[in-house]
Amino acid sequence: MSGAKAAVEALLREDVEVVFGYPGGTNMPIYDALYELQHTPSNEKSIRHILARHEQSAAHMADGYARASGGVGVCLATSGPGATNLLTGLATAYMDSSPVVAVTGQVPSRMIGTDAFQEADVIGMATSVTKYTFQPLSVKEVPHAIKAAFYLATTRRPQPVLVDIPKDVQQKEDEVEFPESVDFPNYRPLPDPDPTIVKTIARMILEAQRPMILAGGGVKIAGAYRELQALAELLVAPVVTSFMGKGAFPENHPLSLGCMGMHGSERTNRLLPECDVLLVVGARFSDRTTGKIEEFCPDTKVIHVDADRAEIAKNYRLPVVSLVADARKALTAITREVGAGIVGGQREAWMEKGQEVLAIAVTEYDGNGSSLSGVETIKMLRQILPPKAIVTTEVGQHQMWCQQHFRVIEPRTFISSGGLGTMGFGFPAALGAKVARPDVPVVDVAGDGSFLMTENSLATSIEEHVPVTVVILNNRMLGMVAQWQRHFYNRRYSAVQLGKSPDFVKLAEAYGAEGVRVHSMREFEIAMSKAMRNTVTTVIDVPISPEEDALPMVPPGAGLKEMIVG
Amino acid sequence: MSQDAQLRIVSALVEHKPGVLFRLSNLFRRKSFNIESIAVGPAETEGLARVTLTMFSTYDQADQVMKNLEKLIDVRSVEPLDAKSAAVRELALVKLSPGAPPTRPEIMNYIETFRGNVVDVSPETLTVEVSGDPAKINAFINLARNLGLTEVARTGAVALSRSMAQKETQGKW
Repeated sequence: MSGAKAAVEALLREDVEVVFGYPGGTNMPIYDALYELQHTPSNEKSIRHILARHEQSAAHMADGYARASGGVGVCLATSGPGATNLLTGLATAYMDSSPVVAVTGQVPSRMIGTDAFQEADVIGMATSVTKYTFQPLSVKEVPHAIKAAFYLATTRRPQPVLVDIPKDVQQKEDEVEFPESVDFPNYRPLPDPDPTIVKTIARMILEAQRPMILAGGGVKIAGAYRELQALAELLVAPVVTSFMGKGAFPENHPLSLGCMGMHGSERTNRLLPECDVLLVVGARFSDRTTGKIEEFCPDTKVIHVDADRAEIAKNYRLPVVSLVADARKALTAITREVGAGIVGGQREAWMEKGQEVLAIAVTEYDGNGSSLSGVETIKMLRQILPPKAIVTTEVGQHQMWCQQHFRVIEPRTFISSGGLGTMGFGFPAALGAKVARPDVPVVDVAGDGSFLMTENSLATSIEEHVPVTVVILNNRMLGMVAQWQRHFYNRRYSAVQLGKSPDFVKLAEAYGAEGVRVHSMREFEIAMSKAMRNTVTTVIDVPISPEEDALPMVPPGAGLKEMIVG
Repeated sequence: MSQDAQLRIVSALVEHKPGVLFRLSNLFRRKSFNIESIAVGPAETEGLARVTLTMFSTYDQADQVMKNLEKLIDVRSVEPLDAKSAAVRELALVKLSPGAPPTRPEIMNYIETFRGNVVDVSPETLTVEVSGDPAKINAFINLARNLGLTEVARTGAVALSRSMAQKETQGKW
């Protein structure tokens, strides 16, 4: 079997159903093997290929697919520029702990290091933005590399893995074996939560007067939605989330305090330091979440649970207790331990305490605006979309409006680039999500700046029949940068005016998508309802004021309490 | 544990294969930590290499280094060491070009004091091998500056933890 066929067969054995990619000189043998797979009618299983229009988008599609499905997203690219174009997508997945496997072509092995045509040191470049990289130099190594890539990408803290296969290795024939499992002596799946630490944690939250839970993206990655809800309800403890944790806990739940952080809810940011015990699960204390770390919850006992030991004491130096464990197993164990501790009158005391917290916790959005604005559009969007609909975002003001006003209810329905903050992520990620979940409406909430970074994915959306809706909150500005210039640079608007170009309606139409511009909330409502049922992608252009801020906002480097609230 | 920046030693057992040293040093670069010295060579088990790293860092920084080193797939184990908990040795080659006095017999005296060996002699130069803990090497090099020092090559420290009986300070930094 050729190395290329071995790679494709190895992907099939990982139950890969779809790959997102772009062919080129050095990965043509893989594309030929894909062709053969797709055109052999006797094959029981096949792999769908989605042709991106830029490798960065291919990586974002794979990432969106992974986040929406809970599985692995796979992307393909050729050597040199193909591989370097992937890097932004891999870095995005790396920062948000998303399991993406990238398979790149490389120049023939004897030419590596000679600056051959389309050669780039992709291993060197990708090492900082992947969990691991493989470069099989013989056909026999290919199945192991692919198997290992999936194993590493999905276990412990999920992160992208890259497999770089030289063209001659793809072409050569050899006998290959497909390993059932792979082993790395220093890398094993996470052990079960340490029972002693679990007991300590349970005792601390049982003794707490005002306990609170901070859930991060790790809860979503571990699929610990029900487990988090069970613990919160047992404790009657309010739950806040980081931006990446948004959706880990249903935001219409009476215990939900929404998001905290730079653009978190004002009430949540103010209430947070008042808790006496904070159970942090699967969050890494990013600067966007905590504000100035030295001023983060100064009087609170912080418990830190994370799958990655290197996150303990990295940003927040003083957790009273820390537990390295899978979020789901940890929450289950803590809930069991806490449940055993709550008996009779003690439980009643809990309930009373909880009701007091609840009275502060419940927040309601009115959603009654009539003028077209970023905030009102997002509120309206929540009213129109069913809870199972998936929303992706780009990066900027619209993303923060979503954080504040789009209440996420069901698991895996909010997908955004939180760590790297990659403009252009949302649209290809939406396509990936739609491929994973063709049964639900998928909406990319975009800004006009971000959308232009990957708008060519419209071609993919039309040609591959992946219909989504793009809502462009169009202020003809790089809105978030403009907002910072407004607040911190004395309104000196430098390089943020985008002007009138392009006409997004015509742009959509040029690709064969549907474009519509709305002028009122009512028109938006109609356009959105229609778009959800459309068989092609719809781009809705929503003109909004260039002066609208995303508030509240904690100035960079300030403590959470120093919010600008408008 | 001390929060002061001080010289800390990390001993790591790693896969002995291409790319591993790159991943290791890349980690330091990425986290903006300085490597003071690094020494690598085959370990007792075939296929593994032992890396001895020294770095000037606070406890928190060193703690991050340890945790991130442990995360590397190619790293088998990581151990924090210090001068008390480990035997630490370094080797240096020092080339001298003594012009005017001190005379050669005097220089030979110094070399003797440091238990050095002369490994190369020419009419103009003298190359000396010195080994010991890094402080001793520093002392010799400082002295050699007055003896016409022209070149220095140091291996960087290598270290192994001491036997169990002497090990109570191990891992505490």
